Amino acid sequence: MQRSPQLNAKGELQHLLSIEGLPRDILLQILDTAESFVGVTEREVKKVPLLRGKSVFNLFFEPSTRTRTTFEIAAKRLSADVINLNITVSSQTKGESLLDTVANLSAMQADIFIVRHEASGAPFLIARHVKPHEHVINAGDGRHAHPTQGLLDLFTIRHYKKDFSRLTVAIVGDILHSRVARSLIHGLTTLGVPEVRVIAPQTLLPAGVEALGVRVFHDMRQGLKDCDVVVMLRLQNERMRGALLPSAQEYFKHYGLSADKLAVARRDAIVMHPGPMNRGVEIDSTVADGPHSVILPQVTFGIAVRMAVMSIVAGN
Amino acid sequence: MRLHIRNGRVVDPASGKDGAGDVFIADGKISAETGKADRVIDAKGLVVAPGFIDLSARLREPGYEYKATLESEMEAALAGGVTSLACPPDTDPPLDEPGLVDMLRRRAKALSRARVYPVGALTVKLEGQVLTEMGLLADAGCVAFSQANAPLADTQVLWRALQYAATFGYPVWLRAEDAWLAKGGVAHDGEVATRLGLPGIPPFAETIALATLLELVRATRARVHVCRLSTAGGVELMRRAKQEGLPVSCDVAIHHVHLCDMDLGYFDSHCRLEPPLRSQRDRDALSRGLADGTVDCVCSDHTPVDEDGKHLPFAQAEPGATGLELLLPLTLKWGQANKLGLPATLARITSEPARILGVASGRLAAGAPADVVVFDPAASVNVAPEMLKSQGKNTPFLGYELAGRVRTTIVAGNVVYEQ
Repeated sequence: MQRSPQLNAKGELQHLLSIEGLPRDILLQILDTAESFVGVTEREVKKVPLLRGKSVFNLFFEPSTRTRTTFEIAAKRLSADVINLNITVSSQTKGESLLDTVANLSAMQADIFIVRHEASGAPFLIARHVKPHEHVINAGDGRHAHPTQGLLDLFTIRHYKKDFSRLTVAIVGDILHSRVARSLIHGLTTLGVPEVRVIAPQTLLPAGVEALGVRVFHDMRQGLKDCDVVVMLRLQNERMRGALLPSAQEYFKHYGLSADKLAVARRDAIVMHPGPMNRGVEIDSTVADGPHSVILPQVTFGIAVRMAVMSIVAGN
Repeated sequence: MRLHIRNGRVVDPASGKDGAGDVFIADGKISAETGKADRVIDAKGLVVAPGFIDLSARLREPGYEYKATLESEMEAALAGGVTSLACPPDTDPPLDEPGLVDMLRRRAKALSRARVYPVGALTVKLEGQVLTEMGLLADAGCVAFSQANAPLADTQVLWRALQYAATFGYPVWLRAEDAWLAKGGVAHDGEVATRLGLPGIPPFAETIALATLLELVRATRARVHVCRLSTAGGVELMRRAKQEGLPVSCDVAIHHVHLCDMDLGYFDSHCRLEPPLRSQRDRDALSRGLADGTVDCVCSDHTPVDEDGKHLPFAQAEPGATGLELLLPLTLKWGQANKLGLPATLARITSEPARILGVASGRLAAGAPADVVVFDPAASVNVAPEMLKSQGKNTPFLGYELAGRVRTTIVAGNVVYEQ
């Protein structure tokens, strides 16, 4: 296989396209840099001049509010100029091709493209066609990857659990369609987490998922037993009824995180969710708002992690 | 016009002949006579073989002229030594009316290049509902009937189509793919698709459809050629069907005996093919099946796609690869990997497809049509867009160094390509 398209000739991070294939030291560099930015986000003047004069283009081919906003905040805190483009309602409907859109924006002197696209691999295509000084950050592509979400999940886990080398982490829900799960799994295995579990019915697991280095559980209580970290995934509305699942109620009965199911995990287990949550479908409100939940800190850390990623790629 | 090709290594898979010799051509046919020739072609150090026969090559006419034209693709065929080709009916409009087929035949004939054998649509508009006028289409020149890559989900229609075709002895060429199981999929449902987050097509999409098809062949005795197998399970089902004596044959696309889903790398849209590239195990089974005769022949599945169609995220990219000009080097590479001699290797692109197509070409016997290729098996081919005459530059083999270069192509006794 070719050299990873996200590293430059010196092996530094040129683009962030996927956590898969990233060396452990680059992952740690991002987490450590993010650590230093957490302080910035808590100051009264929440700005550093690292990206002053740089243009960050938020290129969202798929609707998103949360991820786009956190990237925007992160870029602004680095003093960059941010341009938000909601492509779903502009050029795409006029038939402009993905690469034409990017070439046009590139002509407007972009430095960083933040890309969200419904097709797996779209940011790789863009990264192959941008100029050498431009950087692409994947903000979620199809089912493939959502590396900054994976990194903020890793950051959150490290924040609460310190040491990756003795953890048991369970990811619960729609693994089949989840780019969040794929990115997190690669990050956890790269950082040496000894046991990564996925818990889902067969219909929500992709073929050969074990090859990613995970243990598969269908029974949630067995899967959650003695876990340090529980990551719940969002179940999309359109998947709640159909050939994959009979109903949201039945899903909650088997795979919804309730206090009694969580009781089999370790007493100090943390509960995470990439948001937005479906309360009563994949997670019960008492758990989402309970003492184990670190769902809101995840959002806060997400800004520091995105600042770290942007400042690192822009410096390479 | 009388031609004399001398000093070459003459390989005729149909007779098993492989040795130094001369080939004489007179009046558009291979000749046994050794009289004085109008032209002598020196084939020293070269192989003289029957012109290649490709059972699946899209010429993109009518309807997709911006992707390729008859002219460009016929040039590509001849540069690749392909002297006869069957074109699937997925043009726009599809080849479902005698007038369209007649026009295509005339256009192809007027160019006097490779022989074109249109494969007619099995159902109107390839929609899988209403049978086409197979009799009239056959009169217009269709050699078989097919759905190309369009699904035929309704097994009642499939059954009736096979009954109808069997009544008149028309061959039916079908891909085996369950429409429902393949729906929305773009890659082999396995570890690679899981890693890349691509919707998968499980291998049993092929074996279930193939089992259904074979059961219907058992019931109707229709002559069925299964196009472009992709799985080890499919090869196994074909092996048993042939042992049972069913009137079936099958082919594989040349890409599928060399590549597998690992070659998708980081979303290489040149590997977006129909059927999808499958696992290494499937690829090896296809390669072996082709070697042991379970798979009768290999086709290029030539599908020119313009750059815009490939400069897209993997799932949105248009499927297909250009192949006419790579058929020879890739078939030679396959033969070497399976330790086959030249006659056995070339049989898969000459005598075997000729048998399925029911034509007299594909051999060098006296009286056969003088479709002949002279090629250098050792000359290297560096696959690059600019060396391809096809309008489609889309191939997963870009950057490969292959061996086997066509020097002279002769159709019906006329030299139509020389390098």
